[in-house]
Amino acid sequence: MSDATREIEALIEMMAKLPGLGPRSARRAVLHLIKKRSRVLMPLAEAMRVVGETARECLNCGNIGTSDICDICQSEKRRNGEICVVEDVADLWAMERGGAFKGRYHVLGGTLSALDAVGPEDLRIPKLVDRVTAEEVTEVILALNATVDGQTTAHYIADLLESRVRVTSLAQGVPIGGELDYLDDGTISAALRARKSV
Amino acid sequence: MDWRDEGIVLGIRPHGETSVILDVLTASHGRHAGVVRGGVSRKIAPLLQPGADLDLTWRARLEEHLGAFTVEPLKSRAVLLSDRRALAGLNAVTGLLRFALPEREVHEGLHERTAALLDMMGDSPFWPIAYVRWEVALLEALGFGLDLSACAVTGSTEGLVYVSPRSGRAVSEAGAGEWAERLLPLSPALLGQGTGSGDEIVAGLAVTGHFLSASLQPAMGDRPLPEARARLVDLLGRA
Repeated sequence: MSDATREIEALIEMMAKLPGLGPRSARRAVLHLIKKRSRVLMPLAEAMRVVGETARECLNCGNIGTSDICDICQSEKRRNGEICVVEDVADLWAMERGGAFKGRYHVLGGTLSALDAVGPEDLRIPKLVDRVTAEEVTEVILALNATVDGQTTAHYIADLLESRVRVTSLAQGVPIGGELDYLDDGTISAALRARKSV
Repeated sequence: MDWRDEGIVLGIRPHGETSVILDVLTASHGRHAGVVRGGVSRKIAPLLQPGADLDLTWRARLEEHLGAFTVEPLKSRAVLLSDRRALAGLNAVTGLLRFALPEREVHEGLHERTAALLDMMGDSPFWPIAYVRWEVALLEALGFGLDLSACAVTGSTEGLVYVSPRSGRAVSEAGAGEWAERLLPLSPALLGQGTGSGDEIVAGLAVTGHFLSASLQPAMGDRPLPEARARLVDLLGRA
């Protein structure tokens, strides 16, 4: 095997470690990159180098950005006084895609989990408590997953904060475009409990 | 090898990118694990939440293999997610079962008892009494049963007010004598009685907690008891 081939094989091996890619799809992706060297491979390599050098966690909220304080925390257009708590950065991005929330975020970096031995001290919960005091927050919105771990974390945070600030959580119920016949009984029960006047 | 059974989900662990290892308490096969292929998919992941009842089919080439499950939902316990105390109860139940039960060891009646307790958590405000009784039953299933039927000293079945921290047997006021200070108070919750007040529940959990720590924990290599149980005790004590 030539040196060049060995390097390409190394790239394929690295690509195969990415989520959603196996050895076969990594090989196809690398072949595509080589064929589109100037249009895709070189810009991609440059973008990865820049992100590799600059990407970091926001010291305030835990979002990922290219500076110590992320764009959302720095923005003056964002509403102060409302913090939306999410499990990880992917959830923050999902909330931002919706565009409905104009306040600030706090990324926990996971959820409490007895199975994985994740306790409150392993998450960014102490920092959240500090922010509630320091930023004169009036409402904390818990946008955590509707799973046992997600809701256990939500109740834990609510327990910590509800004596000093309004704590709310996202509603649970029928998704837009959803059909009742296909919903599980837990979702239907939650939707019924959260019913509202039409 | 294959079998079909009902099981309560105790937890899941990721297995590769798309599968999970499911940990369940079954009716006839004890605590059992197996791979669920596609277990992280949007269709299957919601079924595998702790506490959910599943219809399980387990298949493996050999008995000692991990094997794979195919799952069908029987009952979701999502209703517990919105109730702080009930969710803490669910976490304590699944945490203790994962902590204490060896795999593939059948414990008669424990599945039914656990399912009944989880059903009660969604329905009845008196579930904390049932939870205390469930911990007593768990200790019994693991060989550390309490004997609360008669006084260990006098044999009397009346006036039982203490539990011996060494033998787990009930002791009456008369039988306790000068040893009373060293004995644990016998909460009516341990007998499935009383008003279900926070004090009674916490006193009952102090007794079961003592035996979980003193008897079960050393048998489990001195691993700490699940944090979820401590959180439940804290919440119930505030009620």
